Amino acid sequence: MIGRHRHLIALEDLSREEILQVLDLAVSMKEVLSRPVKKVPSLRGKNVVNLFFETSTRTRSSFEIAAKVLSADALNWTAAQSSTTKGETLLDTAKNLEAMRPDILVVRHSASGAPQFLAQHVKCSVVSAGDGAHEHPSQGLLDCYTLRERFGSLEGRTVAIVGDISHSRVARSDLHSLPKLGAKVRLCGPPTMIPQGVERLGATVHHDLRTAVDGADAVIMLRIQHERIGDPLIPNTREYSKYWGLNAKKAAEWLKPEAVILHPGPINRGVELSSDVADGPRSVILDQVQNGVAVRMAILYLLAGGAGEDRAEKVPA
Amino acid sequence: MNAEAVQRAVQRISHEVLERARAQGAVEKLAFVGIRRGGVPLAERIRAEIAKVTGAPPPLGTLDIALYRDDLASRGATPVVGPTDVRFPLEGRTIVLADDVLYTGRTIRAALSELVDFGRPRQVWLAVLVDRGGRELPITADFAGVRLDVAEGDDVQVRWRENGAAEDSVVVLEGRKP
Repeated sequence: MIGRHRHLIALEDLSREEILQVLDLAVSMKEVLSRPVKKVPSLRGKNVVNLFFETSTRTRSSFEIAAKVLSADALNWTAAQSSTTKGETLLDTAKNLEAMRPDILVVRHSASGAPQFLAQHVKCSVVSAGDGAHEHPSQGLLDCYTLRERFGSLEGRTVAIVGDISHSRVARSDLHSLPKLGAKVRLCGPPTMIPQGVERLGATVHHDLRTAVDGADAVIMLRIQHERIGDPLIPNTREYSKYWGLNAKKAAEWLKPEAVILHPGPINRGVELSSDVADGPRSVILDQVQNGVAVRMAILYLLAGGAGEDRAEKVPA
Repeated sequence: MNAEAVQRAVQRISHEVLERARAQGAVEKLAFVGIRRGGVPLAERIRAEIAKVTGAPPPLGTLDIALYRDDLASRGATPVVGPTDVRFPLEGRTIVLADDVLYTGRTIRAALSELVDFGRPRQVWLAVLVDRGGRELPITADFAGVRLDVAEGDDVQVRWRENGAAEDSVVVLEGRKP
């Protein structure tokens, strides 16, 4: 259980305490990854099924490694190889998988709400690994973890999120978590890529990259999806890169010296991020990947029955 | 047991550990590992006593066995996961594994499983402040501060200053299952 939740569908549902429960436990989980034997027996005998209806390498591998480090068995079910291509419905696929008695179902789907739908119809715990343009909760949590590890606390910090906010489930999960930990969020991108009324979620909106990153402690650059290009949203990648992309020159002139750069991956080098920034000293992109495994271990452990340090009854001194 | 009795027990354990290490020529190879949370103060104190004699404190680590428990699914209350910190190579070492109370032996079983995942020590000794009997596994303490004969339903608590107690003590709470 994460707080009072059996499933992890959206960070919108989680309180500050519930988010901190996962992040605090992930610190212990990260230590396990640095051991000579990167395996602990805590989820021995548990089954984790990765049900991916959209391609993903990073997230699926990350959940798979997290399950294996905890000694759970992980099964990967991807749409291309599955009966979805033969016309099976989402619910039928899930019901069939459920008959194989998994403990946790990790789901990625192009339709927003698919994990929520499954959670209502299966008995096991459901973890969203990203649904449509809704949320990508484990990514939001690993972004919080990475920033917390870097800065100690997010209280009073400013985070700029730059890119296609409208279509980004990462941006939505960040928006539903960073402010709960005390950070201020600025959103930046072309006007066509910022949803109307998003300020109501507690963020400020900017269309000029320079003002958006001015004084920020961290900048999260989002991936520009190729299918959006040529779409009326943006004319071409050169124009996007010129106004909303980050290169070493802009970073040196506009960013605070200690500001860090995050990206959920995969990077379009030369579009939203130039190589000298992606591989430069400010980049914590590979930290994000490593932290992602620790955060997902914490998620799986909690949903399979364990708790973080502050949650158990206090031991008499 | 009051603070004075705890102190005497710690000194006696320390003396015995050193004596056995000397007999085996293993003093240089000693290292301490405390099981969180009650075993950590015991490991620290034995180590400090030994440092008084030898002049050099042996390495010290801590183990949190929550991820090695065998009862995740069957326990009502969910286990606490705290930090594990073993930063020295175990190869060739004589490890003194320390815990506050030895009861069923299941904690020690989990700690041994975790310890061997960090490396291959030459040998492992077990030091506990209280041995209360009631073993469910073939495990025994090499060094025990005190052996108590208590009923199955009683709870033996070691309260350390390091963990927030006003002074060290060992108390038996009757009829309260641990």
